[in-house]
Amino acid sequence: MSEPANSLLAQGARTRRRRASEARFRACGLAAIGIAALALIVLLTSVISSGVGAFKQTYITLEIALPEAKLDKTGQRDPAQMAKVTTFGYAPLLGDALLAQVDAVGITTPLPTKEIAGMISKEAVATLRDHVLANPGLVGGTVTLDVLADGRIDGYFKGRVTMQSAALDGNTSPEALRVAQALADAGVIETRLNWRFLTAPDASDQRPEAAGLGVAILGSLYMMAVVLVLALPIGVAASIYLEEFAPRNRISDLIEVNISNLAAVPSIVYGILGLAIFINFAGLRQSSPLVGGLVLTLMTLPTIIISTRAALKSVPPSIRDAALGVGASKMQSVFHHILPLAAPGILTGTIIGLAQALGETAPLLLIGMVAFVREYPAAYSDAADLFGEAATALPVQVFNWTQRADPGFAERASGAIITLLIFLAVMNIAAVLLRRRFERRW
Amino acid sequence: MSLANTTALGLAIAALTATTAAARDNVQVAGSSTVLPYGAIVAEAFGENFDYPTPVVESGGSSAGLKRFCAGVGENTIDIANSSRPIKPSEREICAENGVTDIVEVRIGYDGIVFASDIQGNAFAFTPADWYQALAAEVPVDGAMAANPHTSWNSVNASLPDQPIQAFIPGTKHGTREVFEEKVLLSGCKTSGAWDAIMALNGGDTDAAEAACMAVRTDGLSVDIDGDYTETLARIEADANGIGVFGLSFYENNTNRLQVAPMSGVVPTSGSIAAGEYPVSRPLYFYIKAAHLDVIPGLQDFAAFFVSDEIAGPDGPLAEYGLVSDPDLAATQDAVANVALIGGI
Repeated sequence: MSEPANSLLAQGARTRRRRASEARFRACGLAAIGIAALALIVLLTSVISSGVGAFKQTYITLEIALPEAKLDKTGQRDPAQMAKVTTFGYAPLLGDALLAQVDAVGITTPLPTKEIAGMISKEAVATLRDHVLANPGLVGGTVTLDVLADGRIDGYFKGRVTMQSAALDGNTSPEALRVAQALADAGVIETRLNWRFLTAPDASDQRPEAAGLGVAILGSLYMMAVVLVLALPIGVAASIYLEEFAPRNRISDLIEVNISNLAAVPSIVYGILGLAIFINFAGLRQSSPLVGGLVLTLMTLPTIIISTRAALKSVPPSIRDAALGVGASKMQSVFHHILPLAAPGILTGTIIGLAQALGETAPLLLIGMVAFVREYPAAYSDAADLFGEAATALPVQVFNWTQRADPGFAERASGAIITLLIFLAVMNIAAVLLRRRFERRW
Repeated sequence: MSLANTTALGLAIAALTATTAAARDNVQVAGSSTVLPYGAIVAEAFGENFDYPTPVVESGGSSAGLKRFCAGVGENTIDIANSSRPIKPSEREICAENGVTDIVEVRIGYDGIVFASDIQGNAFAFTPADWYQALAAEVPVDGAMAANPHTSWNSVNASLPDQPIQAFIPGTKHGTREVFEEKVLLSGCKTSGAWDAIMALNGGDTDAAEAACMAVRTDGLSVDIDGDYTETLARIEADANGIGVFGLSFYENNTNRLQVAPMSGVVPTSGSIAAGEYPVSRPLYFYIKAAHLDVIPGLQDFAAFFVSDEIAGPDGPLAEYGLVSDPDLAATQDAVANVALIGGI
C-alpha cells in the first residue's frame, strides 16, 4: 500500500521548503549570537588579561633609619618645623635602607647605587614623610615600612617586564631584575593584593605603580547621586504629565518628537551646553561633580522619560477605568494604581539611564573633568558648596591612563575598565532582577 | 513623591543660583598635552610638600588652554596655561579684551622631538632634507612642480635602507606639528636646494614658497595622528615600516619598543638638546595670570616650586622624565619671584 499524495506523515515539497527556510533562519540567528558572543569573549579576555595585574602590587619591606640631624634639626619634634624637610630630603634615606637590605641578604651586584635606589617607587618618599610627620616620635630610631616597588620591578613580578625587554629598556636592566628576584627569594619583596588601586588617587606619569581609582570612583558616585536625585523625579513627573494628563494636540506631539530626538543627540553636545549654562552663566565650578552630574542629568532625562512612558502605557486601561469608575480622581488613579504598577519598568529604565551616564566621557571633557586630580573631593565643603570640589570619573580615568607614556599605565587603564565593567554589570543585573521580581503581566 | 519632587526642585534651584562664595583654594591648570606630564609631576610633588591642595591639571592642547586662559579674570577661569609654543600676539589681544592684561611667561625647559621606528626594523639616520623630500606634496622636478615621486626611503637618499615610506606625524592641532614643519620640512626644503627652485618658479613669493615647502603629501604615505604618542606607537607596532614623530620623554619611556634615528648625525639626548646640537627642539612654557596671584592660595608658591632647582634643575624629576633643563633657569626663577610681566602688545 503506497502513501497517499498528501499524507501528513510524508513531507510534501512545500513543507520541506518551509522547514528548510526555518532551519536557515535559525542558523542565521545562532551565527549572529555566536559572533556577538565571540566579540565579547575576545574583548573581555584582552581587557582582563592585561588588566588583572592592576589588582596586584609589589611591595618592598624596608627598615629605614630616621636620623634626627636630617629630619628634625631643632630636636623639638614639632611637626610644623619637621614639615620643612621636603620629600627630596627623605629620598636618600630610602635608597640607603634598600642598599643596607641588599647587603644584609648577601647579594653582590655591580649595579650603581642610584639604580638600586631606583627600584623603589617615587611614591615611597611621600609615604615615608607622611608616616614620620604623623608619628614624630619615630625620628632618631628606625621604622619598618612596606613601600611600593618601581613600576618596572612590579611589572617583572607580574610578567609584563622580561629580561629581554629590560635589556633594551632605559629605565631598568636585567641586573636590576636579578637583584629584585634575589630580594623576593629572601622575602624582602612581595607581590600581593592591591586594594590601593581602588582607593588611592591618580599619580603622575613617573609613578604608574601608585595610581589608583579613588578620586574617580568618588567623582562617579557623586555624579550618579546628582543624576538620580534630579533625573528620576523630573523624568517621572514629565512622563506622567505627558502620558496621563496632557491633551493630545500638536504641541504635545512636538514635545514627544523632541524628546525622542534628544535621546539621540551626541553626548558631547550636552557638554557644550553645560559649559555655556552651568559654568559660564550660572558660575558653578569647573571640574566639579555637580556640573558633571547636571550635564549627565540632561543627557539621561530623555532615556528615563521614554522608558517611563512605555511603562505607564503598558498598564492596562481597565485599571484606570476601574479606578475612575469607583470615583477616584485622575490624580488618585495615577498615584494609587498606575504608578505602583509601572514602577518596575520605571526603575529599570532609570538604572539603564544611570549606567549609560556612568560610562560617559565626552561631555565631561568640556567641563574640565578630564584632568589630573589627586585630592579626594568632599561631598560638601564651605568653600565649594555641595559636590563642588574637583573630581574625575571612571571612564575619564581610563581615557587619561591610555594616553600616558609609561607602559605601566596600560595595565592600570585595563584595570579601570574591569572596575567600570563590574559597576555596570551590577547595575544591569539589578535592573533585570527588579524587573523579574516586581513585573506583572496581564 | 511630592517630598522628593520638592527636594529635587530645591536642589536644582540651589544649583543654578549658587555662586561660589568663598575663594577657590586649589590652583587650576590647563593646556598643552606635551606639558601635562611635567605639570602632573610638579603638582603631585607640590601637594606632598606644601599645605596647599594638589593643583588640578587638565590637558586639551596649547591653543585650547590659552583660549580658556584668556577667557577672563575670576575664579571660574584657569590660573595657569601650559603651552608648547609662545603665546601669539592675536591671543594676547583676546586676553587683553577680556581683562587678562598681566601675564607672566615662564619657560620651564626644552623638549626634543625625535624620529623613531620599530626596534626590530631597519636603523635610520636622517637629515631634514630627507624628510622634506619624502613627505613634500610636490617637489620641483626639471623646472616644474610635480607630485612627489618617492615611495621608498632608498630613493630619497641612497644611504637609507630600501624601506617604503610610511610616516606618522602629529596632526595639525598639535603644537609639535608647527615645530616639525619649521625645523624639519622648511629647513630640509632649504638645505636640499628645493627652496631656490621653488622661489625661481613662483617669482620670489616667500610666503607661497614656505607654504609649498611645508605642504605634506596626502597620498597615504604620511598619516596625521590627531591622538597622542600612544596612538603613534600603536600604529608603528601595527606597521613595521612606520616611522613616527615622538617627544623625547615618550621615547625614553619606551626604549624597549622603539629605536631612535639620529638627525643630521646627532643622536637626541638631553645633553645634545641642551647643548643646542640636536636641531629639532623647542622650549616649553606656562603662563600665569598675575591677577590671580593674590587671590588663589598657593599659586605663587606653585609657580616658584615648578622652576626651582630641585624640580626643574638638571637632576630634578622633570629632567629625569625627559625635559631638557633650561641653562638659564636662574633668570626664570627671578622672573617668577618678581612677577615679571610680559611687555605690552
